Formats: sequence, C-alpha cells, structure tokens
Amino acid sequence: MNTTTTQQKTALRDVHKDASMRKQKAMMAAHYDRLTAAPQTGEKVCSTFVPGNLNELIDCFGLVNNLPEINAIQNGLRRVSGQYVLEAEKIGHSEDVCTYVKSDIGMMAKGNIAPNGQPFPKPDVLLLSYTGCFTFMKWFELLREQYRCETIMLHTPYLGDGTVTPNMIEYMVRQLRDEVIPKLERVSGVKFDIDKLRERLARSAQAEEDLVYVLRSARARPSPIDAYFGGIYYIGPIFGAFRGSEDALEYYRFLRAEVDERIAAGTGPVTPDGDMGVEKYRLVVEGPPNYTNFRQFWKMFYDEGAVVVASSYTKVGGVYDLGFRHDPRKPLETLAEYCLGVYTNRSLPMRIDMLSRYLEEYQADGLLINSIKSCNSFSAGQLLMMREIERRTGKPGAFIESDLVDPRYFSAANIKNRLESYFQMIEQRRSGAAHAA
Amino acid sequence: MKTFVGIDLGSTTTKAVLLDESCQVLGRGITNSRSNYAIATRIAGEEARVDARFTLCRRALTETGDLGESVGEFLSGFERFFRLEQFVERLDDLEHTCLLPLKGGKLAALEARLNEALTETFARVRREAGELYAPGGKRKSDFFRDIAGARFYAHAEAVSRETAFPYEVLLNSYDKAIIEVENRAPSGALDAKFRRALARLLAEDGSIGGTTAERVRDRIDDSLALELEESYLVGTGYGRVTLPFSKEHIRSEILCHGLGAHLMYPQTRTVLDIGGQDTKGIQVDADGLVTNFQMNDRCAAGCGRYLGYIADEMNMGLHELGPMAMKSERPVRINSTCTVFAGAELRDRLSLGEKREDIVAGLHRAIILRAISIISRSGGVTDEFTFTGGVAKNEAAVRELRKVLKENYGDLTININPESIYTGALGAAEFARRAYSDGARAEGTA
Repeated sequence: MNTTTTQQKTALRDVHKDASMRKQKAMMAAHYDRLTAAPQTGEKVCSTFVPGNLNELIDCFGLVNNLPEINAIQNGLRRVSGQYVLEAEKIGHSEDVCTYVKSDIGMMAKGNIAPNGQPFPKPDVLLLSYTGCFTFMKWFELLREQYRCETIMLHTPYLGDGTVTPNMIEYMVRQLRDEVIPKLERVSGVKFDIDKLRERLARSAQAEEDLVYVLRSARARPSPIDAYFGGIYYIGPIFGAFRGSEDALEYYRFLRAEVDERIAAGTGPVTPDGDMGVEKYRLVVEGPPNYTNFRQFWKMFYDEGAVVVASSYTKVGGVYDLGFRHDPRKPLETLAEYCLGVYTNRSLPMRIDMLSRYLEEYQADGLLINSIKSCNSFSAGQLLMMREIERRTGKPGAFIESDLVDPRYFSAANIKNRLESYFQMIEQRRSGAAHAA
Repeated sequence: MKTFVGIDLGSTTTKAVLLDESCQVLGRGITNSRSNYAIATRIAGEEARVDARFTLCRRALTETGDLGESVGEFLSGFERFFRLEQFVERLDDLEHTCLLPLKGGKLAALEARLNEALTETFARVRREAGELYAPGGKRKSDFFRDIAGARFYAHAEAVSRETAFPYEVLLNSYDKAIIEVENRAPSGALDAKFRRALARLLAEDGSIGGTTAERVRDRIDDSLALELEESYLVGTGYGRVTLPFSKEHIRSEILCHGLGAHLMYPQTRTVLDIGGQDTKGIQVDADGLVTNFQMNDRCAAGCGRYLGYIADEMNMGLHELGPMAMKSERPVRINSTCTVFAGAELRDRLSLGEKREDIVAGLHRAIILRAISIISRSGGVTDEFTFTGGVAKNEAAVRELRKVLKENYGDLTININPESIYTGALGAAEFARRAYSDGARAEGTA
C-alpha cells in the first residue's frame, strides 16, 4: 500500500471516530476500571446476562454490573478467545459447548484478566434472568461452583403462545418482589428504593427512544447505518451495563445527532474503511455475528455494497422497535415485560413475524441467516424460519455458518463464496425476467 | 465468428465451454487444474477451441453432404489423428525436458547411461502411440499426464530390467519433467497439426478420393480459417479469484451450475452437483434463476475427494470404485461422515471380513446420504432433478442416488448428462453471451 493511501485511510478513520464512538470507548474503559477496582473500593459485583438484564435494578443497589457475554465478545474481538476456548476444552468442556461459556471458563483458568489488563473480581452475586437460553443456566451453575456466591434466578416464562398474559407478569413481579429484591438487598446491604428505580427507568425509556430512532433510520435509502455490524456498537450501552445511566442518555443523543447528519448528507454507513460506497443490497440478518473475524466478515458485505438494514441480534437485549419502553409508572411490571419480550424469549412464529415485517418495512432484498455452530438456542429452527419467511415475502434467503468466538469455525473462503453467490443471486433475480432463457 | 467462453476452475479439473451466438455449444475442453489456474485456463480454453474446430468441420461437412452418412466416422478418424499429433508433440517435449537437467547435475556421472535408458523408453512409448489412438484404442484418461505416465512407467521398468539401470532414477527424471511440461501450454500451431492429421487420414482412408477429397479438404480449410473471436469470457469455480478476471467477468459457481443445468434440461428445478471439494444443492426456477442453495460447510466429507481418499486407502484407481461397488449385493452401513474416519471404518470392516465391494457400496451410499441432507436444507427435491459434477459419472453413486431419491421423494425424472462435468462452464459461457448482448444493447441505445 502506498503512503498516500495509508494516510487517506488513517485520516478517514480519524474523521469517523465521532463523538458517540469516543463516548462509548470512554464508558467501556471507565466501566472495566470500576469493575476491576471493586476489591479495592469495596464495591459489590453482580454478574448477569444481556438478554433480560435488570441493569436499573442492579444499579439501585450500587452493585457493579459484570456481563460474561460481553467479556467473551471482547475476547473474541481482541482475538484471545481462541486460546481460552482451547483452555476450556483442556479442562474437559466439549467442542460442541457454547463458545461464550468456554471463552469465559478458559479466561478464568488463565488468570481472569479483563481488557484493561487487571484481573476481574469475584462476583458477589450471580443474577440470572432466564430468557430462553438454557445454556445460561448451566453457565451460572459452573460459575456458582467456582465462586460459591449467592445465586438468584428470575424465571421468565417462554412466549410459546406469542402473547404476554397478566399472569405471566404477576408471576414475574412476585419473583422480583419476594426473591430477587430481598436477595440483592442482602448481598449489597442497601435498602431497595423504588423511586431510585423509577428515575433509572425514565432515563432508560429516553435512551430507548433514541436507539429506536437510530435503528429505524435504516428505512432510508441509502441507509445511514449498518444495523448489524454497526448495530452491534449502537446497542452496546443499552444492552450492557449502562441502561438507565446518564452516560447512556448522552451516548444516544450523540448517536442520534450523527445519524441525522448522515441522513441529511445522504451518506451510507461508516465502515472501518470509511464511508461505504454505493448501496447495492439491503439485507435483514438473523443470528449473532462472528466476533473473531468481525472486520473481515463485515468487509465481505461492504466491499460488495451490501448493507444490513435490520437484524434480530440487535434485539437480544430488548425489543424496542416494536413499541416497548421501560415505564417508570409501573417499575416492577415493566421489568417483567421487558424480560418477556426480548428476542431470545420469543417463539419461532414471533421471530418469523418480526423478520418478515423487517423485510417489508426496510425494503430489504433478502434474509441472511448466520447460523452459530455452538448455539443451539439460536440455530434450532432457523432453516424452517427461513423457508417460511421466503414463502411469505417472496424474497430470497441464504444460510451461512460460523461461530461466536471460536476462530476455528470461521472459514473465510467458504463464507465469502456463499455471500458472493447470494449477492449475485439477488442481482440475477432483479434482472432475471429480462433474461428468461 | 463471435464466441463466448465459460471457464470453470474446479479444484480437480478446469473446464472450458465455447458457445456461439445462438447459444449452441461449439466446443468443450478439460484439463487437470494442477494448482496453476492460469495455465489450466489456457489449456482448457485451447482444448475447447480445438473441439470447436471439429464442430465447425462437422457443420460444414453435414451441410454439403459430401460424405453422406459417414461424416461421424470421418471426423472421429480426423480427431484421433489430431490427438495423436498432439500426444507425440508433447511426448517430444517431455523427452527433451527429461534430458535437460542432466547437464552438470548430480547425476552427471550417470548421464550417458540415463540418456540411453530414457531415449529407449521414450522410443518404445512413441512406437505404440499409434495403437493408443487407433480405432477402439484404450487410454487410461484423456489427460496427457495419465496416458504418458502409465506407458512411461511400464516401459521404463522393462528398460531398467534389461539394462540394469536403476528404475527409480528413471522415474525421478520423469516426475520432475512432467510437472514442467504440464505447466506450459502445448507449443506448435494448431493449424499445422490439423492439416497433418487430415493428410494422414486421407492417405490412410482410401474410400475418399478424387474430387470428394478435394471438396472435403476445402470445407475443412474453410472451417479452420474461420476466425474464432473471443467476444466475452466469464470465469467461475474455486480458482476464479486467483485469476486476473475483473469482477464483471466472474460469476459464482452456484449461478453457473443452476443456469448450466437449466440449459441442458429446461425442466430442471433441483440440481445436485458433487464436485471435488464441495457439494451443492441448488433450486432453480423455470428460467434457470437460482432461488436457493446450500453447500457443504467446513468439511469436505461427501465430496469427490472422499471417494479419492477411499480409493487411495484401498490402493485402487478412482474410476475402479464405481464398478466394484456395483458388484455388491449387501452394502454395509457406513456411519461416519468424516472422510478420515470413513477410512478407519473401512479398515475395521475389512478386518471383520466384510467384502470389499460391500464396503465400497456402503461408502457410496454414505456420500449420497450426505448430499441429500444438503439438498434438503436447500429446500428439498422438485421434479426434474439434475445430477452434475464428476461424481455423476460414477455408476454406483448414481444407483444409490436413484434409490435414496425414490425412498424419499417418490418417482422423479433424474437427468444425468454425459457432459455434466461441463455444467458450470456452460452456465458461465451463457452468462458471457448474455453480458455481451447486454453490452451491445446498451451501446446501441446509448
């Protein structure tokens, strides 16, 4: 590469490191510093998961939120998950086990070092909001065995019939009131204050409003965002440890303003190589991405002019674009409703409805499924979903396979080959009738 | 005349198809990919142009009716003599290359004796070349490496015995030279080879004489003189990314196989392609447009290479597996989908006293079951079903496929074209033809 090109690229990256990105980076760094300093500061730590996370509640007790999935993702992006997965396999975990789990277990075995280079603290409590992923439960069983700390399970009924009933909410509120809150009080030594919770929920609702605005901006042509690869950054604060915080509010304000600028300028998404070129394909994607080769994976899309306009993965920590907002007027009920509605807790027909709706609403060319080799929770039924969505919308589907954080399951040549075939298939179908043989 | 070229750069072989403006196949060419796609493209392309010349000769001779019913026989003789010319030319090249490295090399001391042994070996191969290309002559394959290799090994062994010269030194010399020879396109003008072949044929075939021979020569001259303009080229297959094809000259093999199968059998709705390193299940609509597809992922079990591996394990030729499996009356059940594990299972079964043909039949069934699983994921099977790729030439695989399809999907029309190995290249050539006419249309309207 010549010097001019390198300088141009560097300049582009600098230009595109805008306010929201800088803000998010600072938030993450501060969070990891706070978390790893907990043994010194005396702050108590609560480990929990993204889908159904009760961040506002955890924060009411002054607990620091630690999210093992996010740690696994960080390890994947920083390309250290491979060695952790191998370590977990050495301990005895099978090749088929969820690689988030193995990355976490392997990381613990190798010193449990956080991205800031400091060791993670031991959690004081494990809080599981069970929202459709059975593996989460087994994961926390393993952690409980390791840490022997307080464990709380909030059971979220699966939306098998596709509806949230008053009984379900009542059942969950009872658990929150009688189990979750008393235990969090005991662990933290802090008395529950419902007004504190209301304040945080109000901030959540406001941030959610901005997030939805950003996600729905992809209805424009060209889409100003990539709702999958870019979307993963956009959901970071609200799915992670920041929902209900002032920081999250500010982040989404910045983000919304930036998206508005892009819409006004008629520009497409920002990619690691700068602004995306001409938008040629608009896709809806189902399933998580691969994190070990995240940029390479993304590049396979933007090099071909493919932009993801909607995705299911950006709904695993909460489905907001279908109308739900945290409601401070009914704090416990709203937490229950939130958990019930996350994507992983939705039945297959609900997922089909949602994805079909995205295909139409975002004027997408087709549905792409990235099936995760080690995630049965996501993968089961995906092919059947694809068939049904193809039937309903008449738009073509495609299926690729990779893994979350196990680099051994990312076969770049094969994935590229399938993606190129899929893009050409879309192209062919567009001009097909003119060339009927 | 305008021609449209499709090149399918597969992992094992590279195929080329030449189409004319009315979508008729002018010629097909194939060569082994030998990890050098640039040279493979050149050779397959040249083979397709050679084949195209024969097609043009056939068209010209059929049109004039000079040879009546015997056009086919005449052209078959013409082609045999042409292939013989080609073979001898490459054999000369091979001999020359075998002798070259000796100058000052480690084997200098042996040089005189080695040269003698090589010269004698090549002389024997050359002497029987005529027989190889005689009517009904049996050749191991159509590739120079296979034919020359088989004959060289046989004669070198005899020469080594007779002259007490080490056999392995001869083989070593050959092995080095064949790689070099394979990696350069054949030299010598095609035209001259055609003319020499025609002269030999006419001299040998006394039935064509006088003015008929003159007219035939004129027709063939005209056909050879016709310029074959390469108006557009499209590449597909695994090697496509390694070639300097620009993006508009590249199509995915999925689309090419779908379209190629449609051109061969317009009623095709489901295509199964089992190639060297991948298996594709493709659904196409009434226009040959792909509506869905699935491929094997991360694992080559169930592909052509699987059978190649098994053949190696059993110390057999790949082409011998099918006929052996056909003898089976009680195929064993092979559970492993992993190529390497299937090898282990094979050895285990042999040690248990199972018959070789029953084991091989079981392996054929395993490969088909895996292919059917991929087809199911792509949306199942819709009538008509077209089977393509190198494995479609294996009769035992075809038998198992018919059985499994009937068990699962009932009676279907199953198409297997004798030229099915060219399906991807045919689709690519048709994409080239369409791209050219689109371009021409765009220019016309500009």
